[in-house]
Amino acid sequence: MAFDNAYEALADAHDDARWAFGTGFDNPLSGVDTTVPSGVDGEDLAQYCLMLGDDALVLSHRLQQWCTRAPELEDEVAIANIGLDLLGQARLLLARTGRADGSGRGEDHYAYFRGEHEFRNVRLAEREHADFAQLVATVLVLTTWRLAVFQRLQASADPVLAAIAQKGVNELTYHRDYAAQWVVRLGDGTETSHARTVAAFDEVWPLVAELFEPHDVERRLDGVAVDPAEVRAEFDDVLAQVLSAATLETPVVPAKAGVAGGKGRNGRHTEQMGYLLAELQSVARAYPEATW
Amino acid sequence: MTVTEPAPSESDLEQHFEHTIAKDQRIEPRDWLPEAYRKTMIRQIAQHAHSEIIGMQPEGNWITRAPSLRRKAILLAKVQDEAGHGLYLYSAAETLGGDRGDLTEKLISGRQKYSSIFNYPTLSFADVGVIGWLVDGAAICNQVPLCRSSYGPYARAMIRICKEESFHQRQGYELLMAMMNGTRKQREAVQDSVNRFWWPSLMMFGPSDDDSPNTAQSMAWKIKRHTNDELRQRFVDMTVPQAETLGVTLPDPDLAWNADRGHHDFGAIDWDELKQVISGGGPCNTERVERRRAAHEDGAWVREAAAAHARKQQQRKEAAA
Repeated sequence: MAFDNAYEALADAHDDARWAFGTGFDNPLSGVDTTVPSGVDGEDLAQYCLMLGDDALVLSHRLQQWCTRAPELEDEVAIANIGLDLLGQARLLLARTGRADGSGRGEDHYAYFRGEHEFRNVRLAEREHADFAQLVATVLVLTTWRLAVFQRLQASADPVLAAIAQKGVNELTYHRDYAAQWVVRLGDGTETSHARTVAAFDEVWPLVAELFEPHDVERRLDGVAVDPAEVRAEFDDVLAQVLSAATLETPVVPAKAGVAGGKGRNGRHTEQMGYLLAELQSVARAYPEATW
Repeated sequence: MTVTEPAPSESDLEQHFEHTIAKDQRIEPRDWLPEAYRKTMIRQIAQHAHSEIIGMQPEGNWITRAPSLRRKAILLAKVQDEAGHGLYLYSAAETLGGDRGDLTEKLISGRQKYSSIFNYPTLSFADVGVIGWLVDGAAICNQVPLCRSSYGPYARAMIRICKEESFHQRQGYELLMAMMNGTRKQREAVQDSVNRFWWPSLMMFGPSDDDSPNTAQSMAWKIKRHTNDELRQRFVDMTVPQAETLGVTLPDPDLAWNADRGHHDFGAIDWDELKQVISGGGPCNTERVERRRAAHEDGAWVREAAAAHARKQQQRKEAAA
């Protein structure tokens, strides 16, 4: 890669590798053996990949909405970076879904042509962020949870899922670190920032319990999926450390109930989810025959 | 007793500066430089930085709605690159004594400008491709010569920026190729977008040479290497065959190859429109500056918190020592 001579650099056409993950290919799992391991139910595996994929896709969407609105340019870059990493994870997982369920459908089918009730993300991922404190509180909670899950998922009986988790662990370690540092700065900073951060965690916390409730699919996928209840202790430890450094208390607020017995993992979402999908899917649905 | 050489006089320093420029060498932050050069350079670099940051908005407008996950990743990465370019450039301005906060204030109070092209709205996803192709293409024509700017930190930042811009231009063109090979509605969207962005792209090179007050001094100082009209011609000549390959029509009935000149002739630019946009009357001037102001003001409490935390950490360290 030539940085010394601009003219030479402009003619350098074969340097795609240095650009952000996911910009250079159509099929994220191209060349990977995506056979479902024997003894694993393909439909369950597909559902599980949707859960983890939708969490990433939907949180990435909320981060994309911050673009051009960050408090400082360094954060503009960092938030986009986290959004890109999560988008990359979503693409791998949604592509895995289309192989595991036997349909052969691509990532875009799942992102753009499913209805609200078919999305399997936890409700916290879809929550709007009213301010920067809510952004970092949400990212801290979700990436701490996801990192703990992905660390265990590296030993999954599905080698594709294990490889996706392995790639994700490094990324999530950075995401968690970024969010934790900001929570500490805001909690410890000024009276205003402290108050806003307390309020942010009060908003986020009622949706935390949902992260640790195992779904039937996760129960059935023993050895393939991670039982989210297993990561609660690790999550509590990390949050306690960060909150204490930020001079914050763990919120004492009741958990939000589900709807008709279901929550995000069952396709029961908040009222905000429909608007999120209307934005995400509008162009793709306006040109249903198009290729991009 | 130490013998020190007498300090060089102002005229010695100025002579040294002119000599460095004449030899095509770079001026570095430690070097003496005339105050007018410093001011011109800070203004030029800052306006370029502002353009990168404001330029995130028109394309950022489509990130959440990008119609495929691959296109979304490309667009998000591109807009992130622009934030990075803004950062390098504000840093280059800081080497001349500029201050990022002060320059941002000048942007949001309208005392410093940014590229007029970003005051046009993005009305369809095709605009993402057309901005990559035409706007980044025009920016590259403008910016490649700046890689040889006499001011070292700016020239070095420009080398990296131009490389990334050229990648963006290829990606934009590739999106347009995909759309032109797609459905009738997609082709119509591309043509409509080209119709809207062609003339504003030509205006990106600034007023014609007869009407460009800063060109002569900037050329003498080798801050600028080519005139506005030279660069505009280069862009037109480069773009016409690309439009043919793509299968779009450039909206100029006077556009034709002139064998005598060895260049394309093109129609008259509506300078009144450029003046209107530059003086604040473009379709999106208010919205672009307002968004930047809102982000800056909404973020004030966050920046204050970070500073307060850093002070407290320092005090704790001192108390523990």
